[in-house]
Amino acid sequence: MSWIDIGAIDDIPIRGARKVKTRDGCLAVFRTDESTVYATSNTCPHKGGPLSEGIVHAAKVTCPLHNWVFDLETGEAQGADDGRIKTYPAKVEDGRVLIDASVLGQRAA
Amino acid sequence: MKKLVIIGAGMAAGRLVEHVSEAGGWDITLFNAEPRGTYNRIMLSPVLSGEKTYEEIVTHDAAFYEDHGVTCRFGERVSGIDRAAKVVHAPNGDVAYDKLVIATGSNPFIIPLPGHDLDGVIAYRDLEDTERMMSMTKGTRAVVIGGGLLGLEAAAGMQARGIDVTVVHLMGHLMERQLDEAAGYLLRKELVGRGINVLVSTNSQEIMGENGKVTALRLENGTEIPCDLLVMAVGIRPATAIAAEAGLAVGKGIHVDDTMTTSDADILAIGECIEHDGQIFGLVAPLYDQAKVAAQTLNGDAAAFVNRETATKLKVTGCDLFSAGDFAEGEDREDIVFRDPARGVYKRLVLQDNRVIGAVLYGDTAEGGWFHGLIKDKTDIAEMRDTLIFGPAYQGGAAMDPMAAVAALPADAEICGCNGVCKGQIVDAIEGGAADLGAVQATTKASSSCGTCTGLVEQLLAVTLGDAFELPTAKPVCGCTDLTHEDVRRLIKSSELKSQAAVWQELGWTTPNGCHVCRPAVNYYLLADWPAEYQDDPQSRFVNERKHANIQKDGTFSVVPRMWGGITNATELRAIADAADKYNVPTVKVTGGQRIDLLGVRGEDLPSMWADLNRAGLVSGHAYAKGLRTVKTCVGTDHCRFGTQDSTGLGVKLEKTLWGSWTPHKVKMAVSGCPRNCAEATCKDVGIVCVDSGYEIGVGGAAGMDLKEIEPLVKVATEDEAMEWVIAFVQIYRENAKYLDRPYKWIAKVGLDWVQEWLGDDAERARLVAAFEFSQSIYQKDPWAERAREEEAEKFQPLADLTLEAAE
Repeated sequence: MSWIDIGAIDDIPIRGARKVKTRDGCLAVFRTDESTVYATSNTCPHKGGPLSEGIVHAAKVTCPLHNWVFDLETGEAQGADDGRIKTYPAKVEDGRVLIDASVLGQRAA
Repeated sequence: MKKLVIIGAGMAAGRLVEHVSEAGGWDITLFNAEPRGTYNRIMLSPVLSGEKTYEEIVTHDAAFYEDHGVTCRFGERVSGIDRAAKVVHAPNGDVAYDKLVIATGSNPFIIPLPGHDLDGVIAYRDLEDTERMMSMTKGTRAVVIGGGLLGLEAAAGMQARGIDVTVVHLMGHLMERQLDEAAGYLLRKELVGRGINVLVSTNSQEIMGENGKVTALRLENGTEIPCDLLVMAVGIRPATAIAAEAGLAVGKGIHVDDTMTTSDADILAIGECIEHDGQIFGLVAPLYDQAKVAAQTLNGDAAAFVNRETATKLKVTGCDLFSAGDFAEGEDREDIVFRDPARGVYKRLVLQDNRVIGAVLYGDTAEGGWFHGLIKDKTDIAEMRDTLIFGPAYQGGAAMDPMAAVAALPADAEICGCNGVCKGQIVDAIEGGAADLGAVQATTKASSSCGTCTGLVEQLLAVTLGDAFELPTAKPVCGCTDLTHEDVRRLIKSSELKSQAAVWQELGWTTPNGCHVCRPAVNYYLLADWPAEYQDDPQSRFVNERKHANIQKDGTFSVVPRMWGGITNATELRAIADAADKYNVPTVKVTGGQRIDLLGVRGEDLPSMWADLNRAGLVSGHAYAKGLRTVKTCVGTDHCRFGTQDSTGLGVKLEKTLWGSWTPHKVKMAVSGCPRNCAEATCKDVGIVCVDSGYEIGVGGAAGMDLKEIEPLVKVATEDEAMEWVIAFVQIYRENAKYLDRPYKWIAKVGLDWVQEWLGDDAERARLVAAFEFSQSIYQKDPWAERAREEEAEKFQPLADLTLEAAE
């Protein structure tokens, strides 16, 4: 697996997220505690809401448009809602956030 | 006999000397820069606090060394190693070796702040440091930089000696490497309870001194903490200088392989100075393993060091803390959390694939060893998952008590704020025969006014009477708790809960940090009740309030600058028009609140649009906030032939006073200049209709999903009185209402009579006005101006733009 450095962990607020632009759309990178990150698609499968703007709790995020809740580990919508967001491997190393190069689509190194 | 020279006589070396002398065949020379033999460095903390003496912690005394024929060179710092000649250089004479072991340990990291070399600035590493701390007399002051294991032990030890201690910690909670936020909160509570001042999320800037001696620590925010001693406990770094100078392979630490051999076959290294497989060491258990492996290697036996799981125990008497493994949240991981607010207990297990991979225990660490065993052995716990958190002795005891929070309250906790009735009085009444809510109300007056504490009184009935009382079902806040909003609000006040962590722990929340329903509510209750102590948490706010703009269906935003009382001028209109052009705004619309809305603005453009609007004097209209929205006006005596008072003037004054305040739900007001009511004041949260003799103030209107006319609150003669009553009303609403209840819903619950009674009391009205002004001194600021600043504007941009890379 090759990794891309996308920024410093401290640029993401705890229980918050930042966006990453890619050719195939935006990703959301969530920070659930001091040193844990998740990377997922930024787009809610319901009506396209920006998940990086949602409230983050435990290891989940709530879409700000209509309150769909997604588990950041599996990408699955919770409760009665049916849907899934794409997840990507992400990790923190030496204070930097690294995501899997597969987010670049066909152009992985 | 072969010659073995050991540089360093710390705990790793001490164990090595034991193993080697047992095996025999070596003539040992032991160097130590410290002027003493091996002692249990870990026990310096009990020595500091006075619980032990130095003599009691010495592990190898003069007799031991003599018995084992060890040549001691204590107080001598080795100056260099000649590897070719196999000789160690030292001030009192060189020593030749067949094998050399480097065990130089770590150096405490000293932050290179200005003033770090003043007299009175020390680390916490050896006996000299400990004795320096012990030499401080009662009533002197000390600052400890570093809220990790060592820093807290230093702080607790000094506090036990009567020293006034302040701990300054960079991160958001104490011991963040070993503890999660919840356990960090409990630890902090314990230390603060002992009189230790704790500052987290705090950065140091400079150490101040006079005549070469430390006098204070200045923080990044400008405050200064005076002190007579400053202890730096911010980490250790392997002491590798001597190895590096000798040409050995050194990274973070001295590189060794599994046999503890360095890049020179005749030189080994053990302890905190080494780096093995990328790891460096700070806890003792692995060091003892390393000493054993090194001894075997020296003996010519095959041996390999394997780094195993170590647990952390905080050695502060009275702080029961245990941490092991990996407790960060992660892929395929689950949490089991147990909280017992009454006993101040928090336990959390992190599971992955049916195995325990991490554990944090605070307040009850008896099972620490057992959980640690499960971690080390990678035991499959699928069968005992349901009862796992209760430890090895669980035999199926009583079910969890959902009313633990109320049961844990002390007798003097105020339950009924209206009538000043505390828990003890209510319990006494119940035990004296009051068996239902009515009886409690009759005998104590609790719950007989606004009724918001009814839920708590019923819980007290249940806790005191047990099965004899049936609890009526009330709607809890969300899935994280059984408590209602009113319960939570009251408990935040009576238990003085001033942080989210306090709420989760003391009220027994079933999740680590709430959910999208309760966290915004709890954030509001905390900032309303404790404006000076609690810091608003942007991550607990809905996106609109975080971005200070309304999110639209396509992810763009709407920007509404304030128009005070609905009045504008050419400059403001030009600025709005220019912004519409510059940012290609698709829709410009006039709102019902008498102002202009720019719709379809991209999130990335918000900070610069705000800066442009700010330049024309425009500020945020809070069109998205649970706060004051607008004060609509009609033209009044300024222009209108029917105007009885200056409704526009009053409207503008009200808006200028009330803007920026956070409220349980949005607040909309209007001031009409005469009973023709052109400003539609009669359907607002607060509506003022001016008449010839003064101002008729009404509250509780609605014109949304519900349609409701205002009810008369009071009539006053002067504009100043009108301001006073409106401000007091807003504040009493802020202090008492359930989050997301508009004023009309809240008034329906507590009754207008109740509101009038409180506001009618001159002293209470004055208190409410002062409380509101105090809150505004903290919260009334333009959020746009704050976020248009460069460092803040950055955060509106994506963290990274990979489209550029991909385009190469």
